[in-house]
Amino acid sequence: MKRSLLIPVLSAALVLLTAASLFVGVTDVRLSGLFRLDDDQVMVLLTSRVPRTAAIILAGVGMGVAGLIMQQLSRNKFVSPTTSGTDDSARLGILVAMILFGSASTMQKMILALLFALAGTYLFMLILDRIKFKDAVFIPLVGLMFGNIVSSITTFFAYRYDLLQAVTTWLQGNFALVIKGRYELLYLAVPAVLAAYVYANKFTIAGMGEDFAINLGVNYKRVVNIGLALVSLVSAVVILTVGMLPFLGLIIPNLVSMFQGDHLRRNLPLTALVGAVFLLACDIVGRLIIFPYEVPIGLTVGVIGSAMFLYLLWKGQRTSEA
Amino acid sequence: MKHRRNLVILGILLGLALAVVCLYLFVPLKGNIQYILRLRTLKVLAITLTGAAIAYATIVFQTITNNRILTPSIIGMDAVYQLFQTALVFLWGSTTLQFVDKQINFALTVALMIGFALVLYRVLFRKDGTNLHFLLLVGIVMGTLFGSLTTFLQVLIDPNEYSGLQTRLFASVSRVNSDLLLFGGGITIPVMLYGLRHVRALDAIALGRDHAINLGVDYGPVVRRMLIIVAVLMAASTALVGPITFLGLLVANASYHMLDTYRRGPLIAAAIALSTIFLVGAQLVMERVFAYSTPISVIVNFVGGIYFLYLVLKERAAW
Repeated sequence: MKRSLLIPVLSAALVLLTAASLFVGVTDVRLSGLFRLDDDQVMVLLTSRVPRTAAIILAGVGMGVAGLIMQQLSRNKFVSPTTSGTDDSARLGILVAMILFGSASTMQKMILALLFALAGTYLFMLILDRIKFKDAVFIPLVGLMFGNIVSSITTFFAYRYDLLQAVTTWLQGNFALVIKGRYELLYLAVPAVLAAYVYANKFTIAGMGEDFAINLGVNYKRVVNIGLALVSLVSAVVILTVGMLPFLGLIIPNLVSMFQGDHLRRNLPLTALVGAVFLLACDIVGRLIIFPYEVPIGLTVGVIGSAMFLYLLWKGQRTSEA
Repeated sequence: MKHRRNLVILGILLGLALAVVCLYLFVPLKGNIQYILRLRTLKVLAITLTGAAIAYATIVFQTITNNRILTPSIIGMDAVYQLFQTALVFLWGSTTLQFVDKQINFALTVALMIGFALVLYRVLFRKDGTNLHFLLLVGIVMGTLFGSLTTFLQVLIDPNEYSGLQTRLFASVSRVNSDLLLFGGGITIPVMLYGLRHVRALDAIALGRDHAINLGVDYGPVVRRMLIIVAVLMAASTALVGPITFLGLLVANASYHMLDTYRRGPLIAAAIALSTIFLVGAQLVMERVFAYSTPISVIVNFVGGIYFLYLVLKERAAW
């Protein structure tokens, strides 16, 4: 498909799916009756449908963009936004909240975990700051090591308190729990994504390595730190409010750059759109397939995503060979 | 100079590995000595075998893919293991893990993992192409698919059953018996020896595909053969003690840092020594300090991760 067509088509799909997401569910809410809703319908719409749809779009956009930036900064296509140890720190935060503040409200636990995630990212940046960059591989490498140290602490305590399954449950991607009062943290992703767009060209330059970046007049360390901070903020709020969403951060940026090349600024909106459309579609399927019950998003994303991506990868490979 | 320094470091590592093994075997030595020694030898052999297989597989895999942050688990082999164990518990309850014959479980797991990898390779390399980037992406997709199925099942499992499963999802040598060890060794050792024949070709492959072909390496067949070796090693070691892939990443990168060489032979040797030190040391700490209350991988990841960061940070001081 031509690039000029891609964005309008995806935008149209986004609008359609958003509408569908608002009107799919057990309580009957129809577009034609939008101005004659009774109290129940208004409540369903405002506390569940709208938050849910907003959360899906935000999460889809956020994770796609975060993944793209992370891959650009580290010049490595196999790095996902959680590689900087963010999700490990968030897990530790959740565990601490469960053990020490069992009676706190969900929102309070989330904020505590978010603080942990940000502190973890800060620590990670301090470590990065102290090493001599030989090449870009160090960002994900140190991130992986750091994340594993943090997660070994989590496992150590979770194993003792028998909380491993509880933590797994919390982190399983699930939009059914997204209701008013539980998802507002996600709005923090909006300024982060906008900032990412502003900085896009600098991230590209930083991805060329420290010497090259300095040569071009870019403050390498600062740009890397800004990028990492944005990525961690986005992935932390997504993981805490929604849970782990496979594919979004890793495969979607890869797909986009496979078909469209590596122009970061041009790819950002595309990745954001693809992420949101994909997640919305998966969520709607998950809600319809065993209606009126629903399948967790992690599973639908896993199954639909795998099938779709395998097909696209296959096709992409064919065309690149021909 | 460079050569001698490498040799000295390698010697020190091997010596340390031997020392840790001896410490584990002989300290403290009281009670029924014969029984203790037999038990400990069994465990130490299982640990060393696993550690060696993982270190070897990781270095080979990273060389082929030219990417220092990948482990073979990226193509989804760990995910196959976890899904299989979880599905067993989900379908028949955690008691099956005790009642199913260990050998049968082992054989099934190995067969499934190798089978998965072979199908993946076969589909992807059907034409003459050796597109590794494509292989890795497909591997990640499959791994994620299995991973989300596993998470889905795990959340549904009854918490009591889950604790039975949990022990299978963490690496542990306590379920190794001599028959399994024999199977495991019988699979991994010949494969590793066979792989050594190509170790020089690997040095060339480390330079990248085009250089390797230019230097006369029969790139496609060698890479395919090495990938099969990686799959077999990963399958056998995971089925033997459980998933500890992070160890591979750790020891591979630590040995790149310690040895100033691009030759894969010494690097593999150093990585094997390092993984023995880490694993046997962790087992020692786990048994004698924590009294079995914590999984071995926790200790390995914690100590090893900190050690690696230390290595990276120290390097800066030397510059």
